[in-house]
Amino acid sequence: MDTLQGLHQLFIRAAQWYPDHTAVVEPREGSVTYRELARLSDRVRDRLHACGVRAGDRVGIFMRKSIDAVATIYGVLKVGAAYVPVDPGAPVARNAYILHNCGVKVVVMEQRFEARFCTETGQLGTVPDIFLVEGTGGGMRLHRALDQADAQQQAPATETAISAPRDLAYILYTSGSTGKPKGVMLSHENAVSFVDWCSEVFEPVTSDRFSSHAPFHFDLSILDIHVPLKHGATLVLIAEEVGKDPLRLAPLMAEQQITCWYSAPSILSLLAQYGNLAKQDHSALRLILFAGEVFPVRHLRTLTALLPVPRYFNLYGPTETNVCTFFELPRPIPESRTVPFPIGRVCSHLKGKVVDEQGCEVQRGREGELSISGRGVMQGYWSLPQQTAGAFLTDNDGTRWYKTGDIVVEAADGNYTYLGRRDRMVKRRGYRVELGEIEAGLYRHALIREAAVVAVPDEDAGIKIKAFLSCREPKRPSMIELKRFCSENLPLYMIPDYFVWCESLPKTSTDKIDYQRLNEMN
Amino acid sequence: MTEEIKTIVKEYILHEFLPGEDPNQLTETTPLITGGVLDSIGTLRLVLFLEERFGVALQAHETDREYLDTIAAVAALVHSKKS
Repeated sequence: MDTLQGLHQLFIRAAQWYPDHTAVVEPREGSVTYRELARLSDRVRDRLHACGVRAGDRVGIFMRKSIDAVATIYGVLKVGAAYVPVDPGAPVARNAYILHNCGVKVVVMEQRFEARFCTETGQLGTVPDIFLVEGTGGGMRLHRALDQADAQQQAPATETAISAPRDLAYILYTSGSTGKPKGVMLSHENAVSFVDWCSEVFEPVTSDRFSSHAPFHFDLSILDIHVPLKHGATLVLIAEEVGKDPLRLAPLMAEQQITCWYSAPSILSLLAQYGNLAKQDHSALRLILFAGEVFPVRHLRTLTALLPVPRYFNLYGPTETNVCTFFELPRPIPESRTVPFPIGRVCSHLKGKVVDEQGCEVQRGREGELSISGRGVMQGYWSLPQQTAGAFLTDNDGTRWYKTGDIVVEAADGNYTYLGRRDRMVKRRGYRVELGEIEAGLYRHALIREAAVVAVPDEDAGIKIKAFLSCREPKRPSMIELKRFCSENLPLYMIPDYFVWCESLPKTSTDKIDYQRLNEMN
Repeated sequence: MTEEIKTIVKEYILHEFLPGEDPNQLTETTPLITGGVLDSIGTLRLVLFLEERFGVALQAHETDREYLDTIAAVAALVHSKKS
């Protein structure tokens, strides 16, 4: 078992052991060795310190996935702060809210976002200090920005922080049911215990090449970044545009000789259907990991037929625990299998139990809510003490159990099967989506009087999102206008697929929107 | 030729992604990707439709939003491939 406590210390040790190994590859932009990444992140640490960042602070990262962003992550951790990555493709107002909400001391930001960000944060109150990088790519732009800052005033060299287990390492914002995203606070202990579990199960080696498909604000990135960089392996960054497009992604995976792939199932389904996988050499692949949503068996069968060699793991877990259960798929997939595979057993660094609505543990075989305790479980939600308290059950001995909101059943062999949600959260392309956040976004439109959103099962997409609306005026906005409005106010994965206009929405006897009737209207 | 392509693409987008929308609302300059009409899977489906319907093969970089963000851009791309 590892004894290192800081997430960045895993990387620092690997950089001492494997200085000349390639740490990160950014296709078409460049690559860096462990020595180079260590040096670059040291410079970020020193610059952030010179900007006033101290242990315990938060630092925002508002840039495209790149070597520059990876170096910034380690720079933030080395100065003892927690990193807060935001989605560069999301509306700037949403990112401004996030970075304002958790009170970042500094934001490391690409120049193209600066003007709108300052306008948006200005409306919220204070504008944090910004360390501007002209762009991103291969780490060179970050180098240049640091050089320019040093030319004005050299940042003094500082010591790398030795973080305590409970110190925050990062905050990831997820969709919030009230319409505002909420910040999940993860400590170094949370992250390191998860990374160590990955080491135990996936046995990374220095010759491994891990994909980084998920964006950095998504919790899949924790495995992507910190597992290979603990082991002297190589991280291959996949640009957002390429990552969505199976026609470009499949050849890139082959060309980069990816050995460990990790993503949401949706892109794997697309790769199986449209990626021409049989025509490329994917013989390097030894692991295919997927998480974030249910993988339809039909597409999974196609994928495993096209790529029969690697081991396949279904990983399950909310951001609050990261991966908490896992299941290795049998091979080949039996013809008789039509329902999704189980989410599996609880990871070794955690404990799980299934509870009823009163929080009492149910017998094996009975349905209930999966609850998780242990070293991987979050500290809480940033600045939301009530929601934090409501998210946990506490035993008499003080053990905190995070209530996942997922209804499961435990089989005789100890594997859990996912049955559904307790609330209105859905998964779309691996992202958590609170339907209430979409409704809150729609209500911002001046003409919308009522908005109610439901998720409809869809064989190909998993789910489709349908919005029922009523209008304040006889002339209703067009569907194009609504989609455009949503694209400016919500992340792309939250834009409804369908809009249905009603004179007024159906109500229950207590005058609340009747979701049951809306579901029946489908 | 280009007008014919525009008509076919417009019908496809209305049918697949904007069912029930007033056709007059969808012009040749309506932003499709940046306007939230096409998500990544929608864009992929459009590419596959164009390849099959018009018998063209799009290069990897041609699936970027600059080539596919409006009906006019899509028609220009397809036209350049066919001529």
